[in-house]
Amino acid sequence: MEKTVALQVVTANRIGDGTVVYLTRVGGWSERITDGEVSRSDEERDTLMAVAQATAEIPEVVEPYLIDVVEEAGVIRPVRYREAIRAQGPPVHPAFGQQAEEG
Amino acid sequence: MYRYDEYDQTLVDERVRQFRGQVARRLAGELTEDEFKPLRLMNGLYLQLHAYMLRVAIPYGLLSAVQMRKLAHIARRYDRGYGHFTTRQNIQYNWPKLEDTPDILAALASVEMHAIQTSGNSFRNTTTDQYAGVAADEIEDPRVYCEIIRQWSTLHPEFSFLPRKFKIAVTGAPNDRAAVRLHDIGLIMRRGDAGETGFEVIVGGGQGRTPFVGPTIREFLPKKHLLSYLEAIMRVYNQLGRRDNLFKARIKILVHEVGAEKITEMVEEEWRHIKDGALDLPKEEVERIRAHFAPPPYETLAAAQPAFEEKKRADGAFATWADTNVAAHKVPGYAIVNLSLKPVGGIPGDATADQMDAVADLAEHYSFGEIRVTHEQNLVLGDVRRTDLHALWRKLRDIGMATPNLGLISDIIACPGLDYCGLANARSIPVAQRISNRFADLKRQHDIGELKIKISGCINACGHHHVGHIGILGLDRKGEEYYQITLGGSADQDAAIGKIVGPAFSSEAVVDAVETVVNTYVELRQNGERFIDTYRRVGKEPFKERLYAAA
Amino acid sequence: MPLLRDGALVDDPWVTVDDGTQLPMDGPAIVSLERWQAHRDELLGRNAPLGIRLKSDQPPALIADDLDRFAVVALEFPVFRDGRAYSYARLLRERYGYRGEVRAVGEVLRDQFLFMLRCGFDALEVRDEKAVDQWREAVSEISVVYQPAADSQTPVWALRHRRSAAE
Repeated sequence: MEKTVALQVVTANRIGDGTVVYLTRVGGWSERITDGEVSRSDEERDTLMAVAQATAEIPEVVEPYLIDVVEEAGVIRPVRYREAIRAQGPPVHPAFGQQAEEG
Repeated sequence: MYRYDEYDQTLVDERVRQFRGQVARRLAGELTEDEFKPLRLMNGLYLQLHAYMLRVAIPYGLLSAVQMRKLAHIARRYDRGYGHFTTRQNIQYNWPKLEDTPDILAALASVEMHAIQTSGNSFRNTTTDQYAGVAADEIEDPRVYCEIIRQWSTLHPEFSFLPRKFKIAVTGAPNDRAAVRLHDIGLIMRRGDAGETGFEVIVGGGQGRTPFVGPTIREFLPKKHLLSYLEAIMRVYNQLGRRDNLFKARIKILVHEVGAEKITEMVEEEWRHIKDGALDLPKEEVERIRAHFAPPPYETLAAAQPAFEEKKRADGAFATWADTNVAAHKVPGYAIVNLSLKPVGGIPGDATADQMDAVADLAEHYSFGEIRVTHEQNLVLGDVRRTDLHALWRKLRDIGMATPNLGLISDIIACPGLDYCGLANARSIPVAQRISNRFADLKRQHDIGELKIKISGCINACGHHHVGHIGILGLDRKGEEYYQITLGGSADQDAAIGKIVGPAFSSEAVVDAVETVVNTYVELRQNGERFIDTYRRVGKEPFKERLYAAA
Repeated sequence: MPLLRDGALVDDPWVTVDDGTQLPMDGPAIVSLERWQAHRDELLGRNAPLGIRLKSDQPPALIADDLDRFAVVALEFPVFRDGRAYSYARLLRERYGYRGEVRAVGEVLRDQFLFMLRCGFDALEVRDEKAVDQWREAVSEISVVYQPAADSQTPVWALRHRRSAAE
């Protein structure tokens, strides 16, 4: 079965502490990319970004943007390595970031 | 070293209060990120991949033990227990919180430190020779002028919104350990015809996307004219530097586009109007600052230290370290000690809070309480008695800072790269670690000799790869990390930009490629040539041939 | 737009006239450099005060010989990051001795007020009236200056030695 690549989630950094976060279905922000709401169409994308930007005005997060993801067996994974590093934490410091919490 | 008076202290205290207000307004939504970003950058606070990053200024790389302890405290209290020393003699923290930053700045202010202008489009840290004040080859201590420049450039109302960042470096010795020709303005202390000291002025050096070795625009500038001349350069740049294209906004582009002669003409014309005026510092002020850099109370010691020589004979590891990491001091019986932050397989330039505290203790015990940060991401204790070297060495071994690799292949400079930096295309730290591990054997390292490898994770060149003997630039090729190798760069008085040797290497292949380059050098060298000497003699062809032979 | 002088909002008698628009018969008017260069005589013929507005790529050297014709020189900040006008203001004051009003227009934000005043601006065209409340704090939050500029503040080095001389 082919991987679908036209999927996206919105990511940002939480303003207070800079933590990487992902926009969830209910319009909140989670540190786990797996909680990220996946957009599958242009319309959904626009909606997600509008919600994200509104949150940025409050301000809850800084500089939200869309990233490409793939979905494999129900798990969301970023396409770009850079975003994988953001999602997991710095590879050179396995004690920091999401990778430590999962480990 | 320089100590704040009430005015200096007032400035940093007011700055903390100002930033506290700016952060509060931001968190309350009264400032947009667009409006807040330049303000936080002017206090050294970046937003990176995982978190904010705070760059703290260490003016011309000079730190007291008290200040080092505060840096350790900040690492523990507000970060994850470590810090990273940079290629501009500053320190970076990778995990501060925005909401904590005013308190961090307050903690810094309490020990006469700050993060003012460590980012943003204004003057950055003025850097210098890590052996300033103690080097045997020095004409005059450049730190006096670094401090003068630091003050003049702090919150300069005319030059806080330049086209781009602005970096100045000063050296007081003919052996340039500050890479002055690779800076927006480089100043070399020289002797004039009457024997007085002044500055050779270089403008338009730089690395990044378009590296240039800066041309000299004035062979000799008397010291009294320093600030007026700098101001003239800045006024020309502020008006004429490009503002339409971020990648063409540095002064090096302006110098390259109009030519050194024309730049000189424009600077001298502007300078004509402002010299001998309000920017001439009164003698009393220069002397007041100079007094802070008076030599410490050196003992009168013999140059020959038989006990030290005996220890070297008795202990081969100590001898290796002393021969590699210890440099000549201008005062008999003293030595300059380099503390390596490049343990085999380690992260270049990183130090834990515990290490920082230990260095502070060692500085107090052995080196009049002062520490220097080098632009090659190591530390220096500048005033150690030779008789103390063995004891110091043993303590450095205990804290992992005694790797005898200064200037050798494992003394690698690397930027944080894609592990941390939002601008990066590829990871740089693991490449440094793998190279370091590949060449872990000390005998081999010493046989190879001086070989400066510098690694950048993107074209912004914070790892200074353009001036590495071997430079490595990380690229993103269709989502894969690739590494381009340059050869023959040099950051010293024979400054040169490295040449690309051929197509980039995959992450898997790059360490083998470096080893091929090294083996080629070893094969071709003559008469005690260093790598850079052999390269200059044979050119890049032999290396290119070997690297791409299979292809 | 609200005009801030000395910490207070003041009435602004000046009208900035677009290049394509007819000038009012009388009343103070600010025109562009292009209009000045093209219609100098006509403009001088008006029996009313004249001002000029310079873009950020138009240095005051272009009008240095005519400065006594202008009661106001408005200097643009198209974005706050474009800092050329700081140099222009200083040149107006310190090089050309200009004593009329130097006005900051464009993206003029609270956190630049202090730099602007130091460079010789004496009037700031601000976004909204909140700026008045921000003014006092903005211009006094840093009291130490390390370098001479177009204002009358004494750089620290002079204070230091004045004081020692007095002791």
